[in-house]
Amino acid sequence: MSAPSITIPQSDVQWSLPARGPMAMYCMIAAEAAIFTIFVVAYIFYIGKSLAGPQPQDVLRVPVFFTICLLSSSLTIHFAVKLLRRGKVVSFGLWWLLTIALGAVFLAGTAREWHHLIYDEGLTIQTNLFGTTYYSLVGLHAFHVTVGLLALGTVSIFTLSGNVRQEHAERAEVLSMYWHFVDVVWIAVFIVVYVVGR
Amino acid sequence: MSTQSIAWPKSGVARRTLVENLHEWVTTVDHKRLGILYILYALLFLAFGGVEATIIRIQLIRPHNDFVSPQVFNRMFTMHGTTMIFFVAMPLVFGFANYLVPLMIGARDMAFPRLNAFSFWMTAFGGTLLYFSFLGGDGLYGAGNAPDVGWFAYAPLTSKTFSRGHSTDYWILSVLVSGFGSVGTAINIIATILGMRCRGMTLGKMPLLAWLNLTMAGLVVLAISPLTAAQLMLLVDRYLGGHFFDTQSGGSAVIWMHFFWIFGHPEVYILVIPAFAFASEIIPVFSRKAIFGYPIMVAATVCIGFISMSVWAHHMFTVGMSSAANTFFVLSTMAIAVPTGIKIFNWLATMWGGEIHFKTPMLFCVAFLFQFLIAGLTGVMLGSAPFDWQLGNSYFVIAHFHYVIVGGILFTFFGAFYYWFPKMSGRMYNEAFGKLHFWLFVIGFHLTFDFMHIPGILGMPRRIYTYEPGRGWDIWNLIVTVGVFFQAAGVLVFIGNLLWSYFRGKYAGSDPWDAWTLEWSTSSPPPSYNFATIPEVRSRRPLWDLKHPEDPDWQYE
Amino acid sequence: MHPSLSPTNIFAPVSTPAHSIVDLSHLVLMVTAAVFVVVFSLLAYAVVKFRDRRKNDGREPAQVYGSIQVELAWTVIPTLIVIVLFLATARVIASIQNAVRPNNALEVTVIGHQFWWEYRYPSFNVVTANELHIPVSNPAHPTPTFLTLLSADTDHSFWVPRLAGKTDLIPNHSNSMWMDPYETGPYLGQCAQYCGTQHAKMLLRVYVDSQEDFDRWIQAQSRPAHVAANASEGQRIFERTACVNCHAIAGTSAKGTFGPDLTHLMSRQTIAAGAARNTIGSLIAWIYNPAVIKPGSKMPAMGLSTAQAAAVAEYLVTLR
Repeated sequence: MSAPSITIPQSDVQWSLPARGPMAMYCMIAAEAAIFTIFVVAYIFYIGKSLAGPQPQDVLRVPVFFTICLLSSSLTIHFAVKLLRRGKVVSFGLWWLLTIALGAVFLAGTAREWHHLIYDEGLTIQTNLFGTTYYSLVGLHAFHVTVGLLALGTVSIFTLSGNVRQEHAERAEVLSMYWHFVDVVWIAVFIVVYVVGR
Repeated sequence: MSTQSIAWPKSGVARRTLVENLHEWVTTVDHKRLGILYILYALLFLAFGGVEATIIRIQLIRPHNDFVSPQVFNRMFTMHGTTMIFFVAMPLVFGFANYLVPLMIGARDMAFPRLNAFSFWMTAFGGTLLYFSFLGGDGLYGAGNAPDVGWFAYAPLTSKTFSRGHSTDYWILSVLVSGFGSVGTAINIIATILGMRCRGMTLGKMPLLAWLNLTMAGLVVLAISPLTAAQLMLLVDRYLGGHFFDTQSGGSAVIWMHFFWIFGHPEVYILVIPAFAFASEIIPVFSRKAIFGYPIMVAATVCIGFISMSVWAHHMFTVGMSSAANTFFVLSTMAIAVPTGIKIFNWLATMWGGEIHFKTPMLFCVAFLFQFLIAGLTGVMLGSAPFDWQLGNSYFVIAHFHYVIVGGILFTFFGAFYYWFPKMSGRMYNEAFGKLHFWLFVIGFHLTFDFMHIPGILGMPRRIYTYEPGRGWDIWNLIVTVGVFFQAAGVLVFIGNLLWSYFRGKYAGSDPWDAWTLEWSTSSPPPSYNFATIPEVRSRRPLWDLKHPEDPDWQYE
Repeated sequence: MHPSLSPTNIFAPVSTPAHSIVDLSHLVLMVTAAVFVVVFSLLAYAVVKFRDRRKNDGREPAQVYGSIQVELAWTVIPTLIVIVLFLATARVIASIQNAVRPNNALEVTVIGHQFWWEYRYPSFNVVTANELHIPVSNPAHPTPTFLTLLSADTDHSFWVPRLAGKTDLIPNHSNSMWMDPYETGPYLGQCAQYCGTQHAKMLLRVYVDSQEDFDRWIQAQSRPAHVAANASEGQRIFERTACVNCHAIAGTSAKGTFGPDLTHLMSRQTIAAGAARNTIGSLIAWIYNPAVIKPGSKMPAMGLSTAQAAAVAEYLVTLR
């Protein structure tokens, strides 16, 4: 047995609550931001404290091109979602794929940078404090990019198989919030590692 | 409003087999079932943690005792702390939140039922992994590979150099995994409370339990991640040769402490705020009065949430921070006493002028008030850094935090069990045995934790498997150990009562306590869909309005 | 509280830092006791006065939803109390942590090990272990001792309650504390930060000596080991087996630093950081198999026979 309508229904009262999906994504972003904050704090704390081995100013090259790729992908995903809201599924699919491509290029850039650092400069996660904090922080970010690409890729597969329609725009938007977050984190990492830390 | 129970006529449907029943429980996404799973899980691990505590206390009953070896003892206190915090208290918090929040806000389930189930099973797996550690290494002899680094696992004791086996790894992984479950549940709670309240239930009209669980969930989202981050860093150190906490390579042991306590302090507020929630629901009903100062209670809770993120280094007063840093953390720690005290006064004012019915839930909540007052005051003592330079890391601290966690949190959890057991099971528990549980437990609690303050004052540090005679600690340790057996007896009575009542208790009906929040408007136990029609509310106590149409709450709010 | 209640009673201070803490604690305890008495009485009164009298008339008591004045009162008063406690505390923090080190202060470096204490007196070139000697300080002309705290492995904590609050020893992080005891005597304590298996038996003994006794002690400590004319059987075993890898005996070939310095072992009353009395029986047992006295100690059983262990003990007993 459950309660009947308890009071005079106030049907004239507006009753709208925030949507669950975006709320959950904000919370997840907050939790992830907290993880990244701790890794960034560790990075900053250990700047200049390595006892030996390569130092940031000696071996880091500022990844301008790859940063532009990643940040542009925020723009492309934004366009994609707007198009889906207007029902243009094909255009949405194309801009979405472009986002994935830009993200993949960024990852390739990170891989290239790491290859150079490990084989040419002799900097590994074990080498010194710089190595440990650098690979952990950039690696954590790259991990989040990878997970994002997998999620975006899944949506692309659904788009290609014709299962994505205009009504899914809000879900695509929630996913795009995650992607924007990943880009914002990169801005912070970029500043701390390639600007301040050098 | 009728409170008669419903007797279902015999139908022709065959009873489900045991396997089908189990399958339904294992695959459930219903918040009520998951809530019960969390609670049962917590009770099982409460037994494990209790056994570990008993072993500790027997070893310490007299100096130079040899009940267990130092290696086993060190695993016992580590496992006791880790179990009680992560696999008893957290599951209880999430279990009750899961069960009650949707019902109290007039929703049919949590926002993300499958995420809910996933979160529970992550926590369950974490606990299983932790206890699997006993079987590692040399097996049970010497307590296997169970963690022995203390529940806060200070570096560099946890480095590969000083912790060669896998005990640290079990600690890291089991807690890491359950942390994902915790964050998942917290996200669910926030999305549910913000997005699924029934019509008319503005944020200012939802039960205090909802507000407090919302605050708790916010803290979980912010505070668990620092622990996750620190544990990932520790894994990098242990397995990839990293140097985050490697003092030989310029790493810092203190930074582990900072990261851990940035999690660790909010964590204890994550545990205590739901306890406040139970007190805020039970005390009004058994005093027959509305909660005093609802808006202030909300404001105080949110304040506590914020301030709790700024006090963490009061766990580190002895590590050699600057006097400026120590002074700051004294200020923030003492400041948090103000909103906390406000809450105690508001509960007191709720009882004032009321008609107090001393049923078992209320007995536990009244004891909570007395005990939490004392716990808070010993906390203020510890918050005065120089005093902490003597009392820190001693049995005084252990007495203080057990006073909060057992005397405060566990007592209100017992109150909540008894209060909502009729709703969850449809049956009333036995009141006489409930009171017996209360008195046994109160006596045991005070024997153990009142007297435990004294060895601390007399210089006894924590985490020692034995101690020297002639330091004046012997008699107090004996009394402390004796109290354990009273508490164990109380818990046995409790479990017995719940079990017996589940099968043979009187039918409770939907509203045995004449209470005022929405969960009492549906049957006991509620149907899987919670409410036939989603209710619409106009005040904080919708059932009061129904029962007192001549004097409804919404005229005063 | 009387010191006879316990030799490690924090309320029996004999040194300024410990005393300042006791003074501060009086204020804190008085304030918290007052708060306790007030709130406890109100709670007790409420529980008695407002208990249900079984009127059973179906009427609910008057519903009171709140009161701004009352809320203000119990916000403002606790805030004032917090401010008072905070200011009193801040003063004591400064007086202890920011104390200026006078020129005549004795400096000792304490290095924490798993599970023993190393003491170095840099101005005397003395290295010793486990039992710390410091001179008594006259309050009129103080001669405090300043300790520099370091660690060779994990975290430890130096806690001798009657002398001072505890301060941790953390690797790669130097800490400092001071004490100026005004009464001679032995003072007890132990490690207060979990450091591994034998944390419980990392005991502390601090001897506060008169200035003359301290001078005599430090002179004796700075001399090399007492050397017998003919190297005894025990000394030969000591120097040829791995003992010298961990232990140092000044004036001999033993220069190990992983374990305690044994040059003046017999000047100490205990061995194994307080785990056993320093008698020949304990020494033999310890050398034969340390795990019997202190399981988890970092000193392994060296595989000596009982006769060999006895011989080494006979040698060690000469190291006064």
